[in-house]
Amino acid sequence: MMQAIFIYLATVCVVCAVLTVSLRQPVYNVMALLTMFFHVAGLYVLLNAEFLAVVQIIVYAGAILVLYLFVLMLLNLRSESRHLHRQWPFAVLILGSVAAMLVGAMQAGGFGLPTGEAPAQVIQAVGNTESIGLTLYTDYLLPFELASLVLLVAMIGAIVLTKKELIQDHGEEQS
Amino acid sequence: MTTDFVPTDYLPVLIFFVIAGAFGFVTILLGKLVRPRAPYREKLLPYECGAPPISDARQPFPMRYYIIAMLFVLFDIEAVFMYPWAVVFNKIGVYGLVEMVLFITVLLIGYVYAWGKGALEWD
Repeated sequence: MMQAIFIYLATVCVVCAVLTVSLRQPVYNVMALLTMFFHVAGLYVLLNAEFLAVVQIIVYAGAILVLYLFVLMLLNLRSESRHLHRQWPFAVLILGSVAAMLVGAMQAGGFGLPTGEAPAQVIQAVGNTESIGLTLYTDYLLPFELASLVLLVAMIGAIVLTKKELIQDHGEEQS
Repeated sequence: MTTDFVPTDYLPVLIFFVIAGAFGFVTILLGKLVRPRAPYREKLLPYECGAPPISDARQPFPMRYYIIAMLFVLFDIEAVFMYPWAVVFNKIGVYGLVEMVLFITVLLIGYVYAWGKGALEWD
């Protein structure tokens, strides 16, 4: 049963990932991406990472997808007529080497063994969100606080990059 | 694949998704089988409350939407950090409160900056 669910989720993930880069209507690409995000969330549930699954849906399927849609509308893309980008040989080369690396890593082993301080049983006993909270807010305090700085930089960066446009919009509407 | 963990709690969720998907599929399929099919040009136009469509729907959106979406992503991530914090708050106590206040203060600087620069204005 678990195997069947995993195969379903993994297949849909791969198919949707391919559709995301190959469909010609930009909005369809985003919808394929959305489907992929949801199925990745399903994979996280299978991996006993429930909190991550919910975050995947809230942040990726919720916020980041909205951002992608807005960027899409901002750019005013027409449907793509050319199917393959000019740089596709490079893309194939890079993708091939990454895939070879992953297969190599999997052959070397290490998968499927309970590793680290908190294997699945321990996490299950405490509760998924709770164990993340306890670890994040005690052992990984500095990275957590640094994350706020990273978010701040992203926020200011986005505003600085679009500031000219914001002022322009404002001026046009006033005049 | 070795799975020592079977998420049995999620079986209702799975059943829910299967029923929801099947419901959508079956109703659309039934509708397609049952309904009469008599299309004409006006019927196939995009529906805009009865008025004939004027132009292409694909028009560039103002930059404002981008900045709002970007700010939404960032504050969404901030909110995500709060869920595990709220769950373990009883265990970590005041220490946790100070951490979270620091975290939010840093983001508040960004919020004030965004506000000051007029990124939140929509006129």
